[in-house]
Amino acid sequence: MNRTKVDEEEYWNSSKFKAFTFDDEDDELSQLKESKRAVNSLRDFVDDEDDDDLERVSWSGEPVGSISWSIKETAGSSGSSQEGREQLKSRNSFSTYAQLPKPSSTYSLSSFFRGRTRPGSFQSLSDALSDVPAKSYAPELGRPKGEYRDYSNDWSPSDTVRRLRKGKVCSLERFRSLQDKLQLLEEAVSMHDGNVITAVLIFLKRTLSKEILFRELEVRQVALRHLIHFLKEIGDQKLLLDLFRFLDRTEELALSHYREHLNIQDPEKRKEFLKTCIGLPFSAEDSAHIQDHYTLLERQIIIEANDRHLESAGQTEIFRKHPRKASILNMPLVTTLFYSCFYHYTEAEGTFSSPVNLKKTFKIPDKQYVLTALAARAKLRAWHDVDALFTTKNWLGYTKKRAPIGFHRVVEILHKNSAPVQVLQEYVNLVEDVDTKLNLATKFKCHDVVIDTCRDLKDRQQLLAYRSKVDKGSAEEEKIDAILNSSQIRWKN
Amino acid sequence: MAAHLSYGRVNLNVLREAVRRELREFLDKCAGSKAIVWDEYLTGPFGLIAQYSLLKEHEVEKMFTLKGSRLPAADVKNIIFFVRPRLELMDIIAENVLSEDRRGPTRDFHILFVPRRSLLCEQRLKDLGVLGSFIHRDEYSLDLIPFDGDLLSMESEGAFKECYLESDQTSLYHAAKGLMTMQALYGTIPQIFGKGECARQVANMMIRMKREFTGSQNSIFPVFDNLLLLDRNVDLLTPLATQLTYEGLIDEIYGIQNSYVKLPPEKFAPKKQGDGGKELPTEAKKLQLNSAEELYAEIRDKNFNAVGSVLSKKAKVISAAFEERHNAKTVGEIKQFVSQLPHMQAARGSLANHTSIAELIKDVTTSEDFFDKLTAEQEFMSGVDTDKVNSYIEDCIAQKHPLIKVLRLVCLQSVCNSGLKQKVLDYYKREILQTYGYEHILTLYNLEKVGLLKPQTGGRNNYPTIRKTLRLWMDDVNEQNPTDISYVYSGYAPLSVRLAQLLSRPGWRSIEEVLRILPGPHFEERQPLPTGLQKKRQPGENRVTLIFFLGGVTFAEIAALRFLSQLEDGGTEYVIATTKLMNGASWIESLMEKPF
Repeated sequence: MNRTKVDEEEYWNSSKFKAFTFDDEDDELSQLKESKRAVNSLRDFVDDEDDDDLERVSWSGEPVGSISWSIKETAGSSGSSQEGREQLKSRNSFSTYAQLPKPSSTYSLSSFFRGRTRPGSFQSLSDALSDVPAKSYAPELGRPKGEYRDYSNDWSPSDTVRRLRKGKVCSLERFRSLQDKLQLLEEAVSMHDGNVITAVLIFLKRTLSKEILFRELEVRQVALRHLIHFLKEIGDQKLLLDLFRFLDRTEELALSHYREHLNIQDPEKRKEFLKTCIGLPFSAEDSAHIQDHYTLLERQIIIEANDRHLESAGQTEIFRKHPRKASILNMPLVTTLFYSCFYHYTEAEGTFSSPVNLKKTFKIPDKQYVLTALAARAKLRAWHDVDALFTTKNWLGYTKKRAPIGFHRVVEILHKNSAPVQVLQEYVNLVEDVDTKLNLATKFKCHDVVIDTCRDLKDRQQLLAYRSKVDKGSAEEEKIDAILNSSQIRWKN
Repeated sequence: MAAHLSYGRVNLNVLREAVRRELREFLDKCAGSKAIVWDEYLTGPFGLIAQYSLLKEHEVEKMFTLKGSRLPAADVKNIIFFVRPRLELMDIIAENVLSEDRRGPTRDFHILFVPRRSLLCEQRLKDLGVLGSFIHRDEYSLDLIPFDGDLLSMESEGAFKECYLESDQTSLYHAAKGLMTMQALYGTIPQIFGKGECARQVANMMIRMKREFTGSQNSIFPVFDNLLLLDRNVDLLTPLATQLTYEGLIDEIYGIQNSYVKLPPEKFAPKKQGDGGKELPTEAKKLQLNSAEELYAEIRDKNFNAVGSVLSKKAKVISAAFEERHNAKTVGEIKQFVSQLPHMQAARGSLANHTSIAELIKDVTTSEDFFDKLTAEQEFMSGVDTDKVNSYIEDCIAQKHPLIKVLRLVCLQSVCNSGLKQKVLDYYKREILQTYGYEHILTLYNLEKVGLLKPQTGGRNNYPTIRKTLRLWMDDVNEQNPTDISYVYSGYAPLSVRLAQLLSRPGWRSIEEVLRILPGPHFEERQPLPTGLQKKRQPGENRVTLIFFLGGVTFAEIAALRFLSQLEDGGTEYVIATTKLMNGASWIESLMEKPF
């Protein structure tokens, strides 16, 4: 322990990076404990009367009277008890609240903007022309001069846009010529108000042919982006794809089409849809991924049908012992590989569900494969398979242990799957870096490895320290004593 | 009721009062008893400006959340829908209205769009045949909501995506409108600085709105000296790093929503005697976090490593204060003691809560994985091995850590290397798609489009130049008594805040070269003031800068700005505004593709 403690400190101090721990000198962990203790001790004598003194807060922390609290309270009347309802009634009854005088605050937004009273006659006229109440609640920041002139029905594009912007619905149908319509659009764009731009786009979309709409928008990028956003919003996938095609934005076209599969629940239909995505103009990298996506789902459908059948037949041991938790459909590739290593490990390469087949089809890198197979076999406690996974024969027939992921990772995964010490020990021993090996061995209580390593390092001090950590009278203790008493070893300390 | 909003240099209660007044005016327009049907998302932001009591004063008797099919029964004259302008909500409203009509007494329907009416939504209501059912269709410009004495947010969760992915400027328009409101209340801001494409747009909109506004001259003495508009995409790096301030970590781990946080209840279980039989609460503990709480105001912006000692000192002070009761002998002394009791108990409650929160956070920050993650992040930010596949990221993918965490790290590496080498990028992409699912191609494409994850072009990595010139990486950080903003990330000084700092002193002219590397134009505009309103600064008086983050800001950046405000010779105090309070996780999440 001492040794590791020292190690740790060395690491913190020598590391270039700031360790995120509490400072030792001023040990804050104990400080936290201290303040906790103080808090707790205070509880004893102040009792809990504070509940009444402090702001009233329901357990969930919602301050009583807040909006979200009130929604629950006022909406819940039907289900609550009679008593509760009475309470609610008194709380909600309006009559108990005398109408409070309005605060005479001068800070009203509209008072700032209502700089001027408008001529009465005009007001009624303009009100009559719009089908919504004239007073907008927004601070009417941009009340334009123009508004005071336009008594007629004949607003210019810019006046129309200004009215739209204030939320006054007015007819756009009067703009018949393409030129007028485009001017309307340009006015809207220059205001930057997305709401108005969209309103004009809806009008243009309805009254212009697709070809003209696209052509004109191609040279008006801001409006174009709003149209794309708007089409996405309303889910007009067809027009959106037409638009991307027209603009020759092929990758977006492909992705936008591919995106639709997310909304298809039925696996067969989804598969068929993915098939239509293959060959779309994705980037080269993505093309391969899309092809894989299709192939994977195709496989999963076959595996799922097969395994569901096996499982319900109840004849196969693995499914009886480890019933499936969920369907494999639409799971990621690595999850599928894990599944296949779990249920179909020994199958020949020829079957769709065999791990080797998956590895080949999807060009899964060695590292990824070993990692996944290891996790699956360890979960089943199939230590033989684990062993085989790392055993390689060279051409002379000698066997050698090799792990593309590094044996320290192997050990971690085995430990996570609660492998017995004998198994762990074997792999801890294979870790090349001595310090890592020692740390892992200590962490996972592989006594033999710790002891042997200390002996090999001729580190008497550390061995002595370790002696205090093993059980009294245990075989480990004996072993340590034997080594410590040995005259063969020339200790370095 | 919201006294903490007026503690700062600029009294933000003025804004709060103004928006409350607007709300009252609308409610009074719908005469008679009312029920409000809430778009659930809005209740959080509304909670910051009004309590139920305000609504009740204006005859709101019932409140419901917006849900499909029928409205719950309510004996009221008016039904008012408070909603964001979103199409899917219109469908629900139409369903409500249509099923209502078939039942007896007619009621008046109204709709209040927040923050803006939408013609698209009204079109949808028209298509569904219910538009005519609404007597009032209004908008409530809740653009900027005061969160704290120096903090405003639009809480527009889609703003970054809209601006940088969809290139939709609607939220910029709202930002500009919010700034016009601020100027109406706090006077014209004489100088506008900005960096980035969106910043330029907002400044243009403001200038245009001002020109069109022909009403009475704004005769309010200006409170703000400067406005600084910053695009989030000028600094994509900062939100990706893990925040290491107390408030930042609370947000990283538990997520702060509208100044509330939900925490696991176990640590907060009341330890009362004779309470043993009671079950532990299972509902999350919800706490409000703002500067109204004295202790929180003191520790929120500290590096988490400096929080423990403050809590410990507080505990001693409070213990001592309670001990005083033994010294109280005379009636007068006892009375004195008792009169202080409520304050002391509040302080004790606050200390108990934050001790528990600090313990929860400490469990996370002392974990091995947190340390490994931080090491990887700090390597990237200090420029170590940013062009190779990182083994910690590989491990995270192999162990199937949450995808958002993986994406955040990969993006961080990409940003710190001005894009990844094609081979490295392809490797990460393949690993991610194979492990988390091919459909994430869509998310990766989005990340690429906004510049978070991209191949390096031209084989040049500009990050080291930026890092050195702006001194983004500081090797000697004092977390306890910081001398530089880099304490908020234990070494990394947020780029955005460094830009603000350098603007105030010595000015951006000194960093022209870096400004040219960062995306978007930088600019300066002046809004002339009538002579009567021009400020004559007293010697030693600080400037006040309103800094607006377009696309979101993190709590760590806010902490860094507060640190600058508090510097004795800093010369500038900041009020912070943003489209959304965010962190790396919520940011990445907003860019992920989900089914329609």
